[in-house]
Amino acid sequence: MSKILIIAEHDGQRLNQATARCVTCARQIEGGEVTVAVFAAAPGPVAAQAAALAGVAHVVTVEGAHNAHALAAVLAPQVAALAAGYTHVFGASTTTGKDLMPRVAALLDVPQISDAMAVEGPYRFKRPTYAGNAIVTLEAPPARKVVATVRTASFEAAGPGGSATLRAVTLAVPLPTHTRFVTVTAASSDRPDLASAAKVVSGGRALGSKENFQLIFSLAEKLGAAVGASRAAVDAGYAPNELQVGQTGKIIAPELYVAIGISGAIQHLTGIKDARTIVAINKDGEAPIFEVADLGLVGDLFTILPELEKSLAN
Amino acid sequence: MQKILVGIKRVVDYNVRVRVKADGSGVATDGVKMSVNPFDEIALEEALRIRERGEASEVVAVSIGPEEAQQQLRTALAMGADRAILVKTEHPIEPLTAARVLLAIVRKESPDLVIVGKQAIDDDCAQTGPMLAALWERPQATFCSKLEIRGGTAVIVREVDAGLETIEIDLPAVISADLRLNEPRYVKLPDIMKAKKKPLDVLELGSLGISAEPGLRPVRTEAPQPRSKGVMVKDVAELVSALRKRGLA
Ligand SMILES: Cc1cc2nc3c(=O)[nH]c(=O)nc-3n(C[C@H](O)[C@H](O)[C@H](O)COP(=O)(O)OP(=O)(O)OC[C@H]3O[C@@H](n4cnc5c(N)ncnc54)[C@H](O)[C@@H]3O)c2cc1C
Repeated sequence: MSKILIIAEHDGQRLNQATARCVTCARQIEGGEVTVAVFAAAPGPVAAQAAALAGVAHVVTVEGAHNAHALAAVLAPQVAALAAGYTHVFGASTTTGKDLMPRVAALLDVPQISDAMAVEGPYRFKRPTYAGNAIVTLEAPPARKVVATVRTASFEAAGPGGSATLRAVTLAVPLPTHTRFVTVTAASSDRPDLASAAKVVSGGRALGSKENFQLIFSLAEKLGAAVGASRAAVDAGYAPNELQVGQTGKIIAPELYVAIGISGAIQHLTGIKDARTIVAINKDGEAPIFEVADLGLVGDLFTILPELEKSLAN
Repeated sequence: MQKILVGIKRVVDYNVRVRVKADGSGVATDGVKMSVNPFDEIALEEALRIRERGEASEVVAVSIGPEEAQQQLRTALAMGADRAILVKTEHPIEPLTAARVLLAIVRKESPDLVIVGKQAIDDDCAQTGPMLAALWERPQATFCSKLEIRGGTAVIVREVDAGLETIEIDLPAVISADLRLNEPRYVKLPDIMKAKKKPLDVLELGSLGISAEPGLRPVRTEAPQPRSKGVMVKDVAELVSALRKRGLA
């Protein structure tokens, strides 16, 4: 039987939705038993949220001041030790998971499957390569542990209804002191979260300035949407880095994605391929974004956006 | 600091639209433009800047790949690397293998810093840096967008999902470069000429006692599901009514 260990992602208070998506992926492994591990300074609240997810059988907590921040160098030896009783170890394909899981895999001396997007069997998974332009099916050796990050955009979040057992464990592993957390500057949290929002409005280079980028925030507000940006818009300083969507930014799957003044480079498109409805607004009718758009409108964003906001208010 | 090692991977150029082979065996690469992985260029640029600030004395570029990867190493030398090492293998290798090879080179060269790209744009794995750090039992700083050397430590700003995280690490360490760490320089013609004279050592992967055999078996490669064709609307009113019909506005 497969025993799947999922490393919870959280900010000390709230369980990240990415973990609930990992649970859905893990449940697709037939006959698998899902355990969520919470490493934290005070795991209580996060563990309770994980235990309430449908499909989670057990939650294990590893408490300690050293686990206050998700430092890969500190977490990896603990995860590797905890992994002993499991066949699979999963983390989310977030920056935290991408930092941690390869370090875990190397400690366990196994290869890693990055961005698992479909489960074909307990040891067989699909993953995207070449910015999503080639999908590869990989088979891991059944005799070894499977370490994978889960492409969160490919799986719905597991819902409530679970009642997992809770167990605190202590791990006697030497921890390095060579890596120290200093600070994190988080974006204001009064806006919907880009990674999990149902609607996203994104702006590109065409916005031209940080001031003009407010047009994107304003439309997003009207739609109750999160804000995203192309790399060009982030590089130019119109939007902060955590809003970048694409191959090297966030991969998202909202119900609605509105791309404004974004050309549709493959590196951008790979981040939005799973969106239910894509709307593109661009003055160039030949822009590649229109090849993937469900609804396209050719025109100047600076005339369209004010009109659109007015129309939406009616 | 003495030495910085930089990983340089030969990949299909980022402007190429790759085609999946009809037999499902992979991606067509014959006659396709190959380049240095863009993130590795950023990694190299950062190493060169550290050296130019007088904080390191040598930058060594390392590639693992086919004979032709010498072209990418020549580019690295033209950008300013002092010398290069090619670990030759005709087989595509997994990140864990790459990490083992880099560890073998690290053991020989004893660098104070290893900088790699945060991911390669072909397999998009983003594993090699952290795997090397694990095997080497040294700190890692992935997705680095700012780097400051302070004697035996480095202060790193990382691009994370929440925003920007700052960590402090002891050296030696492994750093993986993100897009906004710097803008790589352009190579000038005289630099290309000069690069031809710089040392480039070639050794066989097998000579390191490391197997190229992948741990994960590729079963097949296929093209992604295309999205269904959309419609063009003529004005804002049409757009809003289409959105309302779909319950999206
Ligand atoms: C290694 C690597 C990784 C990358 N990763 C990412 C990534 O993760 N995410 C990402 O987005 N990009 C990424 N890129 C960059 C990508 O290749 C493109 O350069 C980028 O997406 C372009 O951003 P853009 O569409 O905003 O700008 P542009 O390509 O310049 O497009 C601007 C668009 O705006 C339109 N426009 C101009 N004025 C107006 C107007 N007044 N009204 C309406 N439309 C207008 C133009 O017609 C054009 O289509 C990456 C590149 C590399 C090499």
